[in-house]
Amino acid sequence: MLVADPPLAAEYRDLRVRLADATVQEKVAELQKISLAVRRSVVEMIATAKLGHIGGDFSVTDILVTCFAGVLNLDPTRPLREDRDRFVLSKGHCAASLYSTLAYCGFFPRSELATFMAPLSALNGHPNRVKVPGVETNSGPLGHGFPVATGAALAAKLDGASWRTVVVLGDGEMQEGSNWEAAMTASHYELANLTAIVDRNRLQQGARTEDTKSLEPFGDKWRSFGWELREVDGHDHAALLQALEPSTTGKPVAIVAHTIKGKGVSFMEDRVEWHHKVPSPEQVRAALEELR
Amino acid sequence: MSIVTDATTYDCRQAFADELIRLAEADERIVAVCNDSVGSSNLVGFRERFPHRLINVGIAEQDLVGVGAGLANGGKIPFVSAAAPFLTGRALEQIKADAAYSNTHVVLCGQSPGMAYGELGPTHHSIEDLSWMRAVADLPVVVPADPEQTRAAVRWAAANPGPSYLRIPRFKVPAVTPPDAPFGPGIANTLTDGDDVTVIAVGTLVSRALAAAERLRAEGIGVRVINMPFVDPLDVDVVLAAARETRGIVTAEEATVSGGLGAAVASLVVAESPVRMRILGVPGVFAPTGSAEFLLEHFGLTTDGIVAAARELLGHGLHS
Ligand SMILES: Cc1ncc(C[n+]2csc(CCOP(=O)(O)OP(=O)(O)O)c2C)c(N)n1
Repeated sequence: MLVADPPLAAEYRDLRVRLADATVQEKVAELQKISLAVRRSVVEMIATAKLGHIGGDFSVTDILVTCFAGVLNLDPTRPLREDRDRFVLSKGHCAASLYSTLAYCGFFPRSELATFMAPLSALNGHPNRVKVPGVETNSGPLGHGFPVATGAALAAKLDGASWRTVVVLGDGEMQEGSNWEAAMTASHYELANLTAIVDRNRLQQGARTEDTKSLEPFGDKWRSFGWELREVDGHDHAALLQALEPSTTGKPVAIVAHTIKGKGVSFMEDRVEWHHKVPSPEQVRAALEELR
Repeated sequence: MSIVTDATTYDCRQAFADELIRLAEADERIVAVCNDSVGSSNLVGFRERFPHRLINVGIAEQDLVGVGAGLANGGKIPFVSAAAPFLTGRALEQIKADAAYSNTHVVLCGQSPGMAYGELGPTHHSIEDLSWMRAVADLPVVVPADPEQTRAAVRWAAANPGPSYLRIPRFKVPAVTPPDAPFGPGIANTLTDGDDVTVIAVGTLVSRALAAAERLRAEGIGVRVINMPFVDPLDVDVVLAAARETRGIVTAEEATVSGGLGAAVASLVVAESPVRMRILGVPGVFAPTGSAEFLLEHFGLTTDGIVAAARELLGHGLHS
């Protein structure tokens, strides 16, 4: 089990305190800085491991950073505090950007990121709750995170507790029936304390979602399943912060975050082959150049 | 009998793809069904050749197997293909109820089994599939060890009117199957003769068993190496002969020891002809992070590991 990096944890706490009083502009500037750093370390992790899912890592980065650095109530020095907010990355193949975000928020030392997928590392190719603080449940097989998040939100409701649960899903992942089962459970139990964010980058592993098994009309599906729908630009931190405000309708909130797979590196953007392609040394240099 | 392996390795995934296309040319009932896995299920060539006979249900494994069963009901011969852990684990009940219990002609193709996806972790390792699939009645479980056997498995499954599970290896492996080796349920391949100890292996472990036999032969230990592509139904005669004629049996599989090949062999010999055994596999734990090769080493699923297990068996045998 990894442990918190005390200086980074302190820095994270300061950041949260600072951000609490900051203007939206100041907040966004901080979040943008962190997102850039997270993307840079993702490039390095994947280049070193020679494995990873860089396209989806980049489409979800701004969502992860907004949640962890801007919204969620978490304490990296006490990752299992009972009143913590729960965050579940259901699209677990994007572990690299989750690990990187957790490290930048002080959950463990950034130096650990270099061990991504190395023999005996805690940083497995998919998030592991037992080894990595900040991971609430193991994921990797798609279609698992949403039901678990629904159960967590239900527990909070049963206890009258004020912590919230956020789950992040891939859009391709929404083809798994288990997600729609969870969506029905959550609306049936009126889990206003649950937010599901879909990383709507319109690509999955082999092709576009609409060419593989279409999801549209996607927003209508959520509404018809009893959810409050919010649609945002998933790379706009300010819009994400606003969309992550608590439910106003007593219903669970679905945020359809429109994103670009490979966001941030021009030659990876919206290209299906970067789902799990590994950049060459020249591409690593070019990517890091763009992410300055 | 001579040891048939050499240093050259061959691609089972290509063998699977080529044979499927060859059969589909001749029989238009053959269709491929996958879960956003056209590339990882080696179906790119199939899609080019037969665009309308490739059905991609997206990321939806329960749907995948159910749709496969329905296609079979409608007169097709579906090769239902996905990463082995998700195909077998996620759709276990569909496999049981819709494929096996309903006796439909669905060919389940588990791609990249064992610890082929080493670094991706235990969610992506398919080490439980042999136990799970063995536990389902009326479902033959086939683990080809090389391209020759992969092609034979595809041909057999296309012709066999019931369901089957084929475990398609990810990595290149040496050729281990002798020319004209028979292939079918309950038929093993005996690759080397020997009277001291028997090694029964499947898949990636077969070439390692042959290398172990060679090493032991140099020490004067005769090893009978058996490749058992049908983990279910087993070749009962070959197993019982080994139990009677040699002093112990080592089994080796890239799978958990709970319920796979070793368990199948053990429950047979314990009833008919008890003999000492060593069951090599993953010992009831989730693997640490690491590459496939690292993990095979980690769990002793290597030539050295097989040699050590055989020696240990014989050592114990001498003192008992
Ligand atoms: C149950 C299951 N089936 C298949 C896979 C293989 N797989 C990994 S990522 C992926 C595509 C995911 O697409 P999406 O959810 O849209 O994620 P993103 O595009 O954001 O990376 C697939 C099919 C898996 N991990 N789990």
